[in-house]
Amino acid sequence: MTVAGIIFSNLHDQSVPELTRFRTMGSVPFGCRYRLIDFSLSNMVNSGITNIGIITHYNYQSLMDHLGTGKDWDLARRSGGIKILPPYITAFAQNGAPSLYSHRLEAIISVQSFIHDLSEEYVVCSDCDAICNIDLEKVIKAHIKNSADLTIVTKNMYVMANENRDITITRSSKDGKLLQIFPSSAVSNGFYDVSLNIMVFTKRYLESLIADSIARNYISFRSELIPRKIEQDNIMVYNYDGYFNSINSVRDYFMCNMDLLNADARNSLFSVANRPVLTKVRNSTPTYYSPDAKVKDSLIADGCHIEGVVENSILFRGVKVSKGTVVKNCILMQDTYCGSNTNLNCVITDKNVVIRDGRNLSGYETRPFFIEKDAMV
Amino acid sequence: MRKKECVAMLLAGGQGSRLYLLTENMAKPAVTFGGKYRIIDFPISNCVNSGIDTVGILTQYQPLVLNEYIGNGQPWDLDRVYGGARVLPPYQASKRADWYKGTANAIYQNLNFINQFDPDYVLILSGDHIYKMDYRKMLEFHKEKNADCTIAVIDVPLSEASRFGIMNTREDMSIYEFEEKPKNPKSTKASMGVYIFNKAKLEKYLIEDEAKENSDNDFGKNVIPAMFEGGERMFAYQFNGYWKDVGTLDSLWEANMDMLGESPVLDLTDRTNRIYSKNLATPPHFVGSGAIINNSIITEGCEIYGTVINSVLSRGVIVERDAIVRDSVIMSDCTISAGAQVDYTIMDCNVTVESNATVGKPREEAKKITLIGKELTIGAGKVVEEGTMLTPEMAKSL
Repeated sequence: MTVAGIIFSNLHDQSVPELTRFRTMGSVPFGCRYRLIDFSLSNMVNSGITNIGIITHYNYQSLMDHLGTGKDWDLARRSGGIKILPPYITAFAQNGAPSLYSHRLEAIISVQSFIHDLSEEYVVCSDCDAICNIDLEKVIKAHIKNSADLTIVTKNMYVMANENRDITITRSSKDGKLLQIFPSSAVSNGFYDVSLNIMVFTKRYLESLIADSIARNYISFRSELIPRKIEQDNIMVYNYDGYFNSINSVRDYFMCNMDLLNADARNSLFSVANRPVLTKVRNSTPTYYSPDAKVKDSLIADGCHIEGVVENSILFRGVKVSKGTVVKNCILMQDTYCGSNTNLNCVITDKNVVIRDGRNLSGYETRPFFIEKDAMV
Repeated sequence: MRKKECVAMLLAGGQGSRLYLLTENMAKPAVTFGGKYRIIDFPISNCVNSGIDTVGILTQYQPLVLNEYIGNGQPWDLDRVYGGARVLPPYQASKRADWYKGTANAIYQNLNFINQFDPDYVLILSGDHIYKMDYRKMLEFHKEKNADCTIAVIDVPLSEASRFGIMNTREDMSIYEFEEKPKNPKSTKASMGVYIFNKAKLEKYLIEDEAKENSDNDFGKNVIPAMFEGGERMFAYQFNGYWKDVGTLDSLWEANMDMLGESPVLDLTDRTNRIYSKNLATPPHFVGSGAIINNSIITEGCEIYGTVINSVLSRGVIVERDAIVRDSVIMSDCTISAGAQVDYTIMDCNVTVESNATVGKPREEAKKITLIGKELTIGAGKVVEEGTMLTPEMAKSL
């Protein structure tokens, strides 16, 4: 069994425009020391997948900086390893105007030569914002056992119909055969099997899908391609029941980070035996707590210097909290500097933000106040 | 092989018997330091930060942990095609098979390694000191003085000078006398165990030293004095900065404590010259609602629900509710259970202190530091007296 991986690094960028102005969804910082792509990348590496293509679209400089040679994921390989697949526009693009993909299917089509050249028998595709620690080996084994052409990973979750989210819902038979696939806009509130956008393809089947889509000009996986294949092909559903989260808005981003303050969520992501979440190494010093520090219910990375009060917050690497400062319900990204006697509540600071002495800033849980990269307040 | 101007040789084979249990199963340079480092990270990172990319690491005593740690040198960016980090254990040759008999003999046995790179200079380092130093500046000094051998020195208090190798120098920093642990020291310039040699001279004296039957094959005892006698140009390079020999439990504890405070004596936060270490993918540390952390260093993977004061905690340490850790160095993956109390202690990795147990005495009252060997369990409610060095047998009979 040989398996290759493909990760979409730009899909869903538009859902958190503040965070993706200068970066891909995949390189959005998350959980003190990670970038979103670390989860899908680690899931693949931990499941023995070491040939991974990462489809990029725009703003991928930060992603390239994060991934480097792939060393930190043990993916600096002579054969395989990480391959960044930049957008590919031919001179013969349709209608004369070069166009970039906006759907998952188009993205796959754009890397068809990468897929064609793979020697692996199976291909796992994953979105970059699937926050979970899943054993893909099990999914692949189920895929092989079922002699499936395509296996879609799902999880039974509560779906709110009126939410403006792009959620794909599946309906399957008892033995796991996919019967229906449709967007959440078509349903009312309730529990559904939601696609996690993690899929296992048999490589030859994936190629035939690409050929078909080009021939018939399909661009949507969910509404055009798959519904036409359900009858004739063996498309299966794999039910995952572990922790899963994804990010559809800044509010989601805030909640997902805060979720890590719950031991259950934290342990099911980070404390799984033999399945560590890998990320870029920064060699920060350990965090120092001064005699004035008062910290509770917070998740804190290395390299911080804390002299003030921190509650219910997520501190990334190299954050400084000076004397007299109170930080509550905040997400402070890498190298945020809080001067003395500041008050922050429900604030998200991007990298390298400077909060000068005596500033008072507050958002609300459902609408956290966001401060962009390199800003000074 | 391409030529390298300077090759570093790091002596990492020492047992470090004065660290007792800590070095029972591994060499001293592999001992954990400052939360996320090992002692050897300091000289290796110094090399990398000084632009020296060829580092031979001589191992002998209990090398497993050290070899595993160094691997291919990747954590320090020393996984190179030319040069990089190389572990050099003793080996068998057609005419002889020897352990490293002394520091000089260890280098002598690896002259072939050095000669591959055809270096002009050889930097000799030891793996038991905590310091940040730019060896490039020392090399420039060495070239400027047209020296054959330059020895880095640091000023120590006169009262302590008799514990070190002392260099007596002229105004131009040339050394006229070298005294190993003198009773009545004439100067306070102590050797840091950092030497730069002209390669040709080093080779000459090592070969000569090897031929002497009664030699201890030691740099300080034999090679350096021989070079004096030979009238070579010997210079002392003055280093001003933090430097500490962590060869004893007390000095290891002190060096860890030197990282604490708002402007610590040992400041590693300078971002241009980081100390690199092997990074294990551990999540950020979590601080729970009952936690009190005061003047302490906490590393990734820790979970703190109790009280931590004046302490250095390594990766993955769990301090449960109502547990107290004071004035202690706790190495990776230890658990201090609810109600337990740990004072003035160095605790090796993977120790479990069960609930309401007491280890050591508060620093104000304690006369001696307590040491807990690795992978031990201290049963609920048990008491470990101050100054104990707890072995597995003792842990069972507590």
